[in-house]
Order: sequence, then structure tokens, then C-alpha cells
Amino acid sequence: MARMKFLCDAERCIECNGCVTACKQEHEIPWGVNRRRVVTINDGVPGERSVSVACMHCSDAPCAAVCPVDCFYRNDAGVVLHDKDLCIGCGYCFYACPFGAPQFPQQGAFGMRGKMDKCTFCAGGPEPDLSKAEFEKYGRNRLAEGKLPVCAEMCSTKALLGGDGDTIADIYRERASRRQQRGTISLPPWGWDTAYGRPETAKATGTKS
Amino acid sequence: MTTRIVVAALIATAAVLVTACSERPQVVQYKQGTYQGKPDTPPYANAPFNGNQTEWESALRTRQQAQNEYKRTN
Repeated sequence: MARMKFLCDAERCIECNGCVTACKQEHEIPWGVNRRRVVTINDGVPGERSVSVACMHCSDAPCAAVCPVDCFYRNDAGVVLHDKDLCIGCGYCFYACPFGAPQFPQQGAFGMRGKMDKCTFCAGGPEPDLSKAEFEKYGRNRLAEGKLPVCAEMCSTKALLGGDGDTIADIYRERASRRQQRGTISLPPWGWDTAYGRPETAKATGTKS
Repeated sequence: MTTRIVVAALIATAAVLVTACSERPQVVQYKQGTYQGKPDTPPYANAPFNGNQTEWESALRTRQQAQNEYKRTN
């Protein structure tokens, strides 16, 4: 198995924020912390696109490179995780991350920055698997249960794919190749039919998106 | 002879007691670029997979293909 990755199909994402909600509910994330969020570009303008963003579990993670206490590690599945017992909440990882994935809970009278929290690919952390300590610090460990991240699994339009990088790339490639068959003016390569329809059916009926 | 044994025992006891006074480093000795936290186990190490990596990968593969609507029964 290769590395675990996320892939968001901007053609399909409808900005429902279901992934954000599911993540918060699954891991009981505190108020003010968003492990995942949906970013919309050209909001309100024809052709706007939305994409769901969280930790991308980089192969050469900049957060790990700048961490002064070296609390980051990559597990067997290629998921970038960190040890909250070691984290000092300095925020370097937040500055280094190009996706803004590291989150810092701000609680207390002085708005102190707590220990960093981020997407774990539903893989828990360095505590005994499926233990209470793991859940409280890192959230649920779905990977240890043989499941994929909840955000990807519950995505209603299947815009967000999660799993083995090679496998989800194959899924997306098949999807993109079907779209590519519709590259004409009468059947433009965008729209509802492109994202969800079957090209051969659309061609036969000549429906427009 | 007895005195020597007593003296030797006292010296040994003192040595043992003094070892408790040794200073231990209070600061983590960081090694640049290497993970310093607690070790983690692979996701398939415990129940329900109990170390069976093949079974775990198979379970994940099934879930991954469920994301491909072209392969699903509609």
C-alpha cells in the first residue's frame, strides 16, 4: 500500500460543508478549531469552485521540518501525525504549512495558544489504539478500525476522496477521462452532467448541462 | 576480619546511597530532525486486525472502491 492521501474534485464539491461537520462531530473537536474547511474561489461568480482543505499529509512535510521539538512523525500508512505531549504550541508549523492545517485551540482568560491540533487522517496518534487517551487527544482512530476518514466516506457528491494515493488517483483518472469525452461546444466539459452523468447517455440524448 | 567486613559493607551501602544523588538531565536531549515523541503502533496492530496487515489492507481497499461510483451497483 502506498501513502494515504486526500484528493478533492473541485468540479464536484458543492460547498455543503458536510465534511467539516462530520469531522467535528466524529472527533468532538472544540469550538474554534477546524481540522477541515471548505475554501471557495470566485464566490458568487459564474464558474466558482470550492475545494475541501485539511492536512495534506505531505511526503516532505514542512511542519515537521520547522518543529523545534520534533514532535511530528509519519506512520506506516504515510500519515503525518504529532505527539501532543511534546508540542509546545509555538505555532511554527502553522507558519510553515501552505494549507493552514495546524490549528490552535484558544482557551482561558488570556487567549493562550494551546497545543497544536490538526487532521490525523482519522488515524489517532501516539497513544494505545482506540484508547480513551487517544480519543481525547487526537480523536477517533478509524484507520485502526479498517475504515477511511469520515470526511471522505460521507462526502455526498464523492468530491472528496481519501485513501491509498494510487487507488484514489485511479478513481479520479477514470472520472476525468469520462469527462474528457465531452469536450465540444454542444457538450461542454463542465456542469452537472459532466460531474455526475454518464457521458455516453448524455451524448445519445444530446442534453446540455 | 569482622571489622573489615563491616567497613566494606558500610562503603558499599554508602556507594549505593550516593548513586541516588546523581543528577539526571531535566531537559530532553533533542536530536535534530528525528522524532522525539512516544512510539506509535501500526493501525493494524491491535483488534480487530490483531497484526494482520493483509486483512487490514483488504478492508481499506474495499472501502476505497466504495468511493468509485462507476464501480458501484446503482
